[in-house]
Amino acid sequence: MESLFEQVAQGRIWPLQGGVHPPACKENTSGLPIIPMPLPEVLVLPLKQHIGEGGKLLVSAGDKVLKGQPLTEPVKGLSLPIHAPTSGTVIKIEAHPVAHPSALSEPCLFLAPDGQEQWVERKPMAHFCAETPEYLVSKIKQAGISGLGGAGFPAYIKSSSLRNINYLIVNATECESYITADESLIRRSAENIIQGIDVIANIVNPNMILIGIEDDKPEAIKALEQALEHRHDIHLRVFPAKYPSGGEKQLIKILTGEEVPSGGYPVDVGILVHNVGTLYAVYKAVVEDEPLISRIVTVTGEAIEHPQNLEVLLGTPVEAILSHCGFNPGKEQRVIMGGPMMGFTLPHTQIPVVKITNCVLAPAKGELPEPQDEMDCIRCGACADACPVSLLPQQMLWYAKAKDLAKTQEYNIKDCIECGACAYVCPSEIPLVQYYRVAKAEIRTQEQEKRQAEHAKQRFEARQARLAREAEQRAEKQRIAAEKRKKAMASSGASNAVADALARVKAKKAQQAAEQANTAMEPSAQATKEEAKPLTGAAAAVAKAKARKAAQAAQQTTDQVTEQTTSDEVTGKEPSKAPQEAPADDKKAAIAAAVAKAKARKAAQGAEQTHKPTAQTDEAKGPEIQSDKKAAIAAAVAKAKARKAAQQTEQTAVSDSQVLSDEDPSQQRDLSDTHKTQGALTSSTDKKAAIAKAVAKAKARKAAQEQTATFASSISDTQELTDEDKPQRSELSDTHNIEADAPEIEEQSPLSAADAKKAAIAAAVAKAKARKLAKAAEQANDEPDNQD
Amino acid sequence: MSLVTAVILLCLLGLIFGAVLGFAAIRFKVEGDPIVDQIDALLPQTQCGQCGYPGCRPYAEAIANGDMINKCPPGGESTVAELAQLMGVEAIPLDDAHQEKDKQKKVAYIREDECIGCTKCIQACPVDAILGASKLMHTVIASECTGCDLCVEPCPVDCIDMIPVATTTKNWQWDLKQIPVKQIQ
Amino acid sequence: MSFKIASSPHHHSMKKTPVLMRTVIYACIPGIIAQYYFFGAGNLIHIFLACLTALLCEALVLSLREKSIRKHLGDYSALLTAILLGISLPPLAPWWITVLGTAFAIIIVKQLYGGLGSNPFNPAMAGYVMLLVSFPLQMTMWLPAKPLLTIDLSFLDSLNIIFTGFSLEGYSIAQLRSNIDGITMATPLDTLKVDLGLGLTALESMSKPVFSQLSGLGWEWVNLAFLLGGLYLLQAKAIKWHIPLSILGALATMAFVAFMIAPDQTGGPVFHLFSGATMLGAFFIATDPVSASTTNKGRIIFGITIGILVFVIRSYGGYPDAFAFAVLLANMMVPLIDQLTQPKVYGHPANSKGKS
Repeated sequence: MESLFEQVAQGRIWPLQGGVHPPACKENTSGLPIIPMPLPEVLVLPLKQHIGEGGKLLVSAGDKVLKGQPLTEPVKGLSLPIHAPTSGTVIKIEAHPVAHPSALSEPCLFLAPDGQEQWVERKPMAHFCAETPEYLVSKIKQAGISGLGGAGFPAYIKSSSLRNINYLIVNATECESYITADESLIRRSAENIIQGIDVIANIVNPNMILIGIEDDKPEAIKALEQALEHRHDIHLRVFPAKYPSGGEKQLIKILTGEEVPSGGYPVDVGILVHNVGTLYAVYKAVVEDEPLISRIVTVTGEAIEHPQNLEVLLGTPVEAILSHCGFNPGKEQRVIMGGPMMGFTLPHTQIPVVKITNCVLAPAKGELPEPQDEMDCIRCGACADACPVSLLPQQMLWYAKAKDLAKTQEYNIKDCIECGACAYVCPSEIPLVQYYRVAKAEIRTQEQEKRQAEHAKQRFEARQARLAREAEQRAEKQRIAAEKRKKAMASSGASNAVADALARVKAKKAQQAAEQANTAMEPSAQATKEEAKPLTGAAAAVAKAKARKAAQAAQQTTDQVTEQTTSDEVTGKEPSKAPQEAPADDKKAAIAAAVAKAKARKAAQGAEQTHKPTAQTDEAKGPEIQSDKKAAIAAAVAKAKARKAAQQTEQTAVSDSQVLSDEDPSQQRDLSDTHKTQGALTSSTDKKAAIAKAVAKAKARKAAQEQTATFASSISDTQELTDEDKPQRSELSDTHNIEADAPEIEEQSPLSAADAKKAAIAAAVAKAKARKLAKAAEQANDEPDNQD
Repeated sequence: MSLVTAVILLCLLGLIFGAVLGFAAIRFKVEGDPIVDQIDALLPQTQCGQCGYPGCRPYAEAIANGDMINKCPPGGESTVAELAQLMGVEAIPLDDAHQEKDKQKKVAYIREDECIGCTKCIQACPVDAILGASKLMHTVIASECTGCDLCVEPCPVDCIDMIPVATTTKNWQWDLKQIPVKQIQ
Repeated sequence: MSFKIASSPHHHSMKKTPVLMRTVIYACIPGIIAQYYFFGAGNLIHIFLACLTALLCEALVLSLREKSIRKHLGDYSALLTAILLGISLPPLAPWWITVLGTAFAIIIVKQLYGGLGSNPFNPAMAGYVMLLVSFPLQMTMWLPAKPLLTIDLSFLDSLNIIFTGFSLEGYSIAQLRSNIDGITMATPLDTLKVDLGLGLTALESMSKPVFSQLSGLGWEWVNLAFLLGGLYLLQAKAIKWHIPLSILGALATMAFVAFMIAPDQTGGPVFHLFSGATMLGAFFIATDPVSASTTNKGRIIFGITIGILVFVIRSYGGYPDAFAFAVLLANMMVPLIDQLTQPKVYGHPANSKGKS
């Protein structure tokens, strides 16, 4: 038993499984020479003319280009450049229907030829044998050569495989009816095709080179025989004509007896197949340094007056070709790009010729049978006999109709080459191929969806993991911050226990005082009610925010208050020391914050017990006015707290009301005044502000009454916040961030720099809130009178 | 006597077969894919939550625990059929409450000049397909979007649209009837 | 005016279902003529009746199924079924046998299963078997060939017997079947079977007048005519050689082996090939694409199965001829055969039976 290779060497031909014998109909054009087609008015060049990805545009509308100039450059992946087929001007780049069965629009470059045919600089190279394979491959790639046989697979990819190539097969079969493009090319340029073969052979170094051609092209066979007269390394194999012996996989089987594994490429079995047109393009690219800018197109069919083989520039609209050859459209005219078995109909003639266009077929009525209504399958099995891949078309049809995609795959629908032999023989005229295409497209979509689902799942899980991680980190940060605070407390003195106790006492006092004040303040409020209202609104909103925050985080706050009250006691005794160090030191900042809190509380107390302002208040507020910095820190802390509250309650608008109160200059001034009033009750004379402040207080106090004593601290925070001017606050909010008490504040900080629009919105919200509050607080409005 | 023999024999046989079965159960134990994983693999992983569970995995767990299999609109009838096969139950039509209105695949699109940068959609997106930062314009990474439309609801300014995926030559479904035919002459 | 969009391929072999069906119908003509010549006009009348019934039934069901009646009647499949059934029936069976059998074949066996292409059983044979099982008396009243008839049988006689049970002269069918000695004559297959059962040798039995050189008088010519039609079908590529050849081959082989073992107990291969419905069955009935296997290997298995079954039933079964039963039994095996005989798909390893 001889090895397969020996059998191949001896010229054995393996018969094609299945296949059909449609009438060849090549006589119209088979003897004709190749005529160059005159320049059309405009060339429409799809940026992508092959399988894979389009390139990156190198030119733009209005640019002058020369013949052969690259218009795109390949990006990574299966990408090829396109070149200007002639010199001219780029008119525009826009979507245009392309040569695809769907006739969908894709980006195309419109080129107006100038008729000069001015070439870019070329470097013809007769002796390519000396060049490295890498150089030759890149040359093929740069020339934009894709398979010209029909599939349009980039030629350089095929040739650049690192695998050992056993056979280089040249596909001169051209088994489709009507088409004579390859045949006429062989007759004209057999020598050049052989040179193209040599280029490829130089790259891949095959063990054997075979040329496969059907026996119905005697002239082409003669031309090849002549060209190969002195070449004994290239073997010509002539085999009986049968459709679809020109299919890549079928030709491999016929010439070598090997089968390309399902889902694989010929390279997998060490075989490389190139179409003669591709090889001619390779010759042009390497030897003459001409990129792929034209191809041979057979224009035929009985609706064409002068059927011929044209050398057409890529991008020439089919309309120009048809009018050049004379086109008499009949009723229900079909214009087919490609052959009658695998070509696709064009919806109109604006579609340009691309690298894979080998034929434009315009049959007259009755020349090719019209598609009829499909009838029931009679299970005759003619399709199975015709299938070159030995599939069972009727089973696949059955399952494709039932949308049972899993079953169609079980019957290897993916191995279908869509040659159309089954539909050609089907006595019931079932468009089998169409069913398979739809099923295959659906399978493809499903697979893609599956991939996407898998991907989405991964992303979802990644997100879940991230959220969990973030939550953990936040908890960790809080823990660290708490520890820091504790440390700060520990370092600030030994009187912790005492301070705690004091704080507790103070908290209690504050509560009691609040209760007292509530009843005491009522009478005089009515007098100032009208003036106070607008300001009251804003202040009240702020107060409300505080209150809510306190309510939300009641327990947390309680703890914090206790701590803060404690530190207040400590720092309160040395007020001048803490502020100086505050900005530099985390610890100090924390302390400062606590101080501010405590102050606020004291202030609250002071306000509540207006009849006899305590020494504590004076003591605390006095220094605060002197030391801007300290106050600023306090304000920042207060702001942060407020914002935290806002986040927790998801009522950002309320927190915005703080911003509002800052932004409104008059209000701000007023409120600063309020502070002054509070700080040094006797020196301040701004009655109005004082009233407003008091109203706010009162309201807050009311809230406090309803809830817990801790509210008092929050309320006073607000007051202090409103004291401060902007830059300081933002600066100090950073300081606060160091404290890392609430990391979310970092996110929110840009809010303080909010633009006017945002502020306005916030203001509106705040106003609404305030109005609501004002109503509720009408009784409380009496209270401020007590202050006077 | 024969009765005793028969009883003993049967007992012996029972013991032997029991031992063989027990041995086989341990020796040839099939480490089956846990059912939840299998169900999860069938679900479309849009994480849209239309089933009432916060994601596909929780729904898979719910199905494993006996929930209905017809609550997944993105999966559609085919998913229901697959689930029915896996769970060995009748395939039932999609629940009315979970009826899909539109089969066409869509992706979210943010009208960027209307976006106020609130980050709410970012938080809502189950697959992190929305890119953006607070106060800055957001955008959807179309290739990552599962079309679950969970981001549409939270948007305070309603600037998110669900737009159908455009048909290109790559995802064309060979619908010849939809090719626009141009009139000539 | 606009361009037409169509799916590839844009070419067609022009060999369509109605054309195929018509070809098969034309190929029946020689056999029908032979039948007419030897057994009178009975079968012609049955064919006519069956065609009428078939078209009516088909139209009725199609209208119920809301399908295009014209299109589906135009595929000639119902006509072909009717013709095959009409050919198979005893020439002088009563008219309602034909009507009932055809209606059963078309409505139940064909249309209720989904119409053309969906029926698992050959409608003509299913109808025939239904009749044979339900009305054994009427279905076994075969006539001897005309030369053996003592009473002349005209067209009108046949017509009268079919519709009234008596010829114009008032003879019943039983009287027609009797020879001069008053002994009822049966088909050659039946005669042989009965004789062998009576202890006669095959040679002794076959010396009776119902037999001739090849097989039975008349029957051999009918079979030869159907063989001719079958060869025409092969030549016209309306059917493939696999099924007829494997049926005939298997039947002949079985008969030959049996003949070699016990020459006294069997009629021999030639007798079997040219008796009864052998040629009709092999070329016209078993090749019905709808209910036959669809792979070439499967077709051969299908044919061999029929051949063996025919011989076995003829020799050992309760019925003298067995084609209908054999075909139906083989129809049942088709899904299994198809499943097991899937061709090797290009690019797939040989042992995977095309399954990936």
